[in-house]
Amino acid sequence: MFSEFLQRLSVWEGIDTWIAVTGALAAMACALPGTWLVLRRQSLLGDALSHAVLPGIVLAYLGMSWMEEIGWLADPSHVSSATGIGRVAEGMSLVARRQGALFIGAALSGVVAALLSELVQRWGRVERSAAMGVVFTSMFALGLLLIRLFADRAHLDPGCVLYGNLETTAFDTIGGTMIPQAVVVNAGMLLINGLLILLFFKELCLNTFDPELGAAQGLKPGWVSLGLMSLTAATVVAAFESVGAILVIAMLIVPGATARMLTDRLPTMLGLSVIVAACGAVLGHVFALTLPAMVYKYGFGLDQRVMDASSAGMMAVTTFGLFMMAVIASPRHGLGRVWLDRLRLQLRIAREDLLGGLYRREEAAVESPSTSPQQSNIPRMSLLQWFARNSLIRQGLIQVGAAGDTLTSPGTTEARNLVRSHRLWESYMARHFDLPDDHLHATAEQVEHFLGPELQAELAAELDQPTTDPHGKTIPHGSEN
Amino acid sequence: MTNFVRVLLLQDYNTRLVLCGTLLFGACGGVVGAFMLLRKKSLVGDVASHAALPGIGLAYLIMESISPGSGKTPVWLLLGAGAGSAAGLYCAGLIQRTRLIKEDAALGIVLSVFFGFGIVLLSIVQSLPTGSAAGLTEFVFGKAAALTAGDVASIAVASLIVLSICAVAFKELSLLCFDEAYAAALGWPTRQLDLLLTSLVVAVTVIGMPSVGLLLVVAQLVIPPTAARFWTDRHGPLTIVSGVLGALSSAIGVLASALVPRLAAGAVIVLAGTGIFIISMLFGTRRGVVWHSLGQFSARRRIGQLDLLRTCFEILEQSIGDASPVECDLTAIPISRHQLLDARTWTEARLRNVLAAAQRDGSIRLDADGNFRLTVEGTRLARRATRNHRLWELYLIHFAQTAPSRVDREADEFEHVLEPDLVEQLEVLLEQDRVRARVPVNPHA
Repeated sequence: MFSEFLQRLSVWEGIDTWIAVTGALAAMACALPGTWLVLRRQSLLGDALSHAVLPGIVLAYLGMSWMEEIGWLADPSHVSSATGIGRVAEGMSLVARRQGALFIGAALSGVVAALLSELVQRWGRVERSAAMGVVFTSMFALGLLLIRLFADRAHLDPGCVLYGNLETTAFDTIGGTMIPQAVVVNAGMLLINGLLILLFFKELCLNTFDPELGAAQGLKPGWVSLGLMSLTAATVVAAFESVGAILVIAMLIVPGATARMLTDRLPTMLGLSVIVAACGAVLGHVFALTLPAMVYKYGFGLDQRVMDASSAGMMAVTTFGLFMMAVIASPRHGLGRVWLDRLRLQLRIAREDLLGGLYRREEAAVESPSTSPQQSNIPRMSLLQWFARNSLIRQGLIQVGAAGDTLTSPGTTEARNLVRSHRLWESYMARHFDLPDDHLHATAEQVEHFLGPELQAELAAELDQPTTDPHGKTIPHGSEN
Repeated sequence: MTNFVRVLLLQDYNTRLVLCGTLLFGACGGVVGAFMLLRKKSLVGDVASHAALPGIGLAYLIMESISPGSGKTPVWLLLGAGAGSAAGLYCAGLIQRTRLIKEDAALGIVLSVFFGFGIVLLSIVQSLPTGSAAGLTEFVFGKAAALTAGDVASIAVASLIVLSICAVAFKELSLLCFDEAYAAALGWPTRQLDLLLTSLVVAVTVIGMPSVGLLLVVAQLVIPPTAARFWTDRHGPLTIVSGVLGALSSAIGVLASALVPRLAAGAVIVLAGTGIFIISMLFGTRRGVVWHSLGQFSARRRIGQLDLLRTCFEILEQSIGDASPVECDLTAIPISRHQLLDARTWTEARLRNVLAAAQRDGSIRLDADGNFRLTVEGTRLARRATRNHRLWELYLIHFAQTAPSRVDREADEFEHVLEPDLVEQLEVLLEQDRVRARVPVNPHA
């Protein structure tokens, strides 16, 4: 299977590099504002923005085709007569004009959406998320309608809107060079995002984590919100042609979420999100090339040259794969770590319970030797208890004997400590809570494992160093006695 | 013209068919959406619809690899869609269990990534020798205009099931939406009810895919209930009105797209819903903007009248000096426009309007010298307005420990909402055993 993979990969061409680079740049540019959105719990905003800018983008495309007709904007198929640097410059200015038109269209659309949403909220006294839902879905429907209506004039098809056209935009190069226009646009966006976030890092931090303090210090929350929203909108527009309206949401949120799982420090988080975005994009394209053939071979028994899968989609899926890996394996917050911690805790509790049980048995044997049960071992131990017992034996806290397990000297100390905690807690509850006597044991069984030495000392002091618990049993002396 | 008439009278079989299918979906979407709106979880519909795409793709691929050529059976595909939605929502729940990734990010991740996976599957399907993805992308954009009788039959059956579940479990689902903790305390199985509601959303998504496409299903879940909110405040009627509005928007959308060529039916249905929303927002009987503004306008007018009369009374009090207002004939004393302007912060224009209205109502008359005088009726109203105002001022001073210099503005706002029994209570509170017409002394004097 791996050789199959490598064989498929061997058809990697120059254009594939450009596709991977474009995707990576788009993803990295999106990851930067996207991480902030995740931290501010405004991921919904990315979704709403990408839906709301659609009519504006469609109208911008229409506008551009009209401008081409009347000659303001050069026809992209028109072959330029300039050479060398002049040609590149011409190409760059074309890019600038196109992106400018798209951005203006999207900006207008976004502003209209925000205003309408505010209007509906205020006049209709509708709740915020419902207002946003109404406005943004309506605008998205309007955008789809316009695409269908003006499909032939606007060089835009509905599919392109949803998942972009990464594979073919790589062919739209700046005149005279091999560099796709999309690379320049997304690289520019990445630079702008990086610079702005660096410049306004303090303001963003303050407004994200303590908006009231920021407001008190003169940082208007409205400005920061507006700035971030505009930046996100600009990034969405820049990446739109590459990955489309829906997948850009993935590129905004997933790298940031992945970075959040891996670290708690903000600058690291921003850096990691960019790295994750880039890796996801490149790997995504690799899998887009190799996966279909494998599916065909192993799913359908077909062995032929097949078309590649959608790169943009695969990039989203691969980044998600990285996210899931972080969710499971993150050293700080991963599910693996959580599970491991829980297991360790359960083991500790099982050990302590075993020790406590042995102590109580010995105590009962001392107090009434004839009536205490002669049990050799706990019948039918669970796996956890078996491990616990083994570890106690290994550490020399219990001794295996013919008549059953017995506590060694260090084992007795630890058991005594546990039972002291248990009985102190029972006394505490009996004094301060209005509970009948038979309600005390169960809770104390759970709490005893979490009372450290300081807390024990506090309890004993509060209860004036008691010697017996509510059931009449002796409270063992503490280790300081 | 004949085409217009033909479409409207539903003489076209195709139009009738499409209308049937989309009407039922619209009603379903509205009803289920009403519950989701109350739970403030409208985005869940968006996630369910986007996550359905990989389900469709996988169902197709699996069917094709088992028995080539049968991949496009609608039942299979829709089952796959349902499974995809369910998987997506489950995944969103899982992601939230990390507790670091919050609900909004989890939903956004699932929405976009599952959709991306769906796109990948579609592109794989595209290049299969036996298949084309055209049949599958219909689910993304909808094929309302091309619904077959079989499609409509399945839609009808599924819609009726959804609607009957909503009707039967209405009480339980309503309580779940309003007060989940109380329902749990009553012993109701809230988790299962939540699951039921989520399943209904998934079902609506699946029903809506052939007609409006999965991108726009969420619109039918969000817009009709929000529009219905302007017509009623009670939950039962809200659900019904929401269903009706959803069906109406579908009907208008279908007819409009049948009349005008090249209009995508799904988008037009949603935009028809938006139009209904705008009309509801403006003219809705419970909270419509127009009625609200009119109500505010008439309230403002009434307040202006009472403020004018009170001002007149206070000016007259000053004119008569120490004499008691009860004994004097207040209708004989003239008040000039200048005095009124001095006493209040009204503009000339507003004063003119208020005076004109007062003259029309008969509480003030213009005398020979161009000054104003209170009529008998006007005097009565003026006394009452001033008494309310002063009582409230006294209450604020004595019971709410407000400084006398600050009570005027507050009393200005409160006096107009004083009902007679509240006024009586205030009098009792202040232990006044007075003749009804007597007015307390001005605390500012």
